[in-house]
Amino acid sequence: MPVELNPTIESSEDLETRDMLLNVGPAHPAMHGIIRMVAKLAGERIQEVEVEIGYLHRGFEKMSETVDYNGVIPYTDRLNYVSPLINNMGYCMAVEKLLGIPVPERCHYIRIILSEISRVADHLTCVGASAMELGAFTVFLYMIKAREYLWELVEKVTGARMTVSYCRVGGVKSDLPRDFAESCRDAFKETRKVLRDVDGLLTRNRIFVDRMNGNGIISAEDAISYGITGPFLRATGVNYDVRKDCPYAVYDRLPFDVPVGTRGDNMDRYLVRMEEMEQSMRIVERALEDLPGGPVQVHPETGRPVPAAEIVDLAKVGNIAAIADDSAVTCPTLEGSGRAAHSSIAADDKRVFLPAKEDTYGNIEGLMQQFKLVMFGHGVRPPRGEVYFPVEGANGELGFYVVSDGTGNPYRVRVRPPCFAIMSALSKILTGDMIADLIPTFGSVNMIGGELDR
Amino acid sequence: MNPLIESVRQRFPDAVSAFHTYRGDATVVLRRSFIVDVARFLKDDPSLAMNYLMDLTAVDYSSFGKGPVPAFFASSGVSVRPSPRVQDEDAWPGPPDQARFAVVYHFYSLTHKHRLRLVVPLDEADAELDSLSSLWPGANWLEREVWDMFGITFRGHPDLKRILMYEGFEGHPLRKDYPVKKRQPLIGPIN
Repeated sequence: MPVELNPTIESSEDLETRDMLLNVGPAHPAMHGIIRMVAKLAGERIQEVEVEIGYLHRGFEKMSETVDYNGVIPYTDRLNYVSPLINNMGYCMAVEKLLGIPVPERCHYIRIILSEISRVADHLTCVGASAMELGAFTVFLYMIKAREYLWELVEKVTGARMTVSYCRVGGVKSDLPRDFAESCRDAFKETRKVLRDVDGLLTRNRIFVDRMNGNGIISAEDAISYGITGPFLRATGVNYDVRKDCPYAVYDRLPFDVPVGTRGDNMDRYLVRMEEMEQSMRIVERALEDLPGGPVQVHPETGRPVPAAEIVDLAKVGNIAAIADDSAVTCPTLEGSGRAAHSSIAADDKRVFLPAKEDTYGNIEGLMQQFKLVMFGHGVRPPRGEVYFPVEGANGELGFYVVSDGTGNPYRVRVRPPCFAIMSALSKILTGDMIADLIPTFGSVNMIGGELDR
Repeated sequence: MNPLIESVRQRFPDAVSAFHTYRGDATVVLRRSFIVDVARFLKDDPSLAMNYLMDLTAVDYSSFGKGPVPAFFASSGVSVRPSPRVQDEDAWPGPPDQARFAVVYHFYSLTHKHRLRLVVPLDEADAELDSLSSLWPGANWLEREVWDMFGITFRGHPDLKRILMYEGFEGHPLRKDYPVKKRQPLIGPIN
């Protein structure tokens, strides 16, 4: 029997339609638990979207004013916690600019090597997580496996996987471990294998490409006017990379290419990130070759290795001559910061950097230097002034603006978080797309709550 | 003198109250009524072409140089004077006189790869400034953050409300008189 249709409705246009408000997050897995979006939908199209941030605000900038200059470093770890070494480096270089002290070349190279390893880890997380949100769970597992290899490298050098606090004002905590170059080679071999696999799984995958292609588009002009930098900007075709355009440390000596996209959509951002990982590994390999002092620091073992406590005892009774050339055996976390490595990882300025442990334990000058830097109310005291120093973070230009009033605490530390600019443009990017495109677009932002909300 | 500062000074002789290049950062201190005009000039002038508003923040100078002394021997810390090898065109002139706040803009030019910092001192009683959000949409959130953290109002801002703190939060946490340990929990203890 034929169904009787309502004769007054002739086409779907006569049906009553209403916009729907859809609240996404903050307790939504794709929003990382810290972003709320209120989307106004017409059918499946996003008419408007309001992005709300601030759920992870911890008062980084306020806390930085209460500690000394080196005390800020653990807080910087928690900005972009996927690539904390870049934050460490940016902050330390800003304070070094304020102090006007140069750091040894080897220290620059070590910082760059670790920054680039962090950048690869960051991109792996971003691509892996956003692929997972589109259903490619295998890719996520593969990429997290590769990230694990890289974090093991980071752990080998710094002693921690994420909250590394590795850089110091005027240097780094310790030298690279002996077998670092080999471990790095092995980890990169595995990472490259994963990248090949992921490339095979995603780049021509019909489902993935259809979800990524042609959505989340932003034009180059818009990206610039919103202050967007990093891979997100480069996907629109603008070739701006702080490492190339305002080179810092020794980036001008290391050859690498800056991949740029053409369309500024999600697919381009994916491709740019995939290529940047390869370029970062290229930088690390070259930096390891060029590393002043050789890829493995030769620790000239002068004298016998003596437990640090014994050195202290001998020094207390004044037997300095007996311990003058000994190397202190300290806790493993201090490995690579002894007298042999000290001059190549730390600025030659006693007012800024801690002495080698042999000196702290073995002579009064070293002990005083140590105390002058670590005692409450002492520490590094830059001259009055203000500086801004940008580095290329994994998400774009990461700038530190530091104001000093000449005391031991920073007067003001401001971070320019790269994903803040991208998040402020997100509502414009999403408008007009389908609701399902919200997930890949937001994934390609690589929003890191730690640096966004500070 | 830095050519960037020179061109701003020539174009707006009344606007510039001071300038310096400390540690290589070209800085112009502006009178506040000129900020939009100067910013538009920086953006549109082809020889400057500052198409990026990289950062916008503020500093509360109210306790500059008079921070609480943490211990009786605190002044015995060794201050670092930069080595004479560091090229410094100018000494840092210090915080703005009288004014409590300074709003700090960092501009960058993609074409010329140069940076310029603008500083606008503001009095506490009249902490208001024109918004740049008509020139750079990215200024929208940055100005919201400055308002949230410092309580500086931006005239002409489309939607000036809190961004990192929540609605109903009292005070502006990055002001120096906001206590570090002050708590304003949204949810209190049960009973």
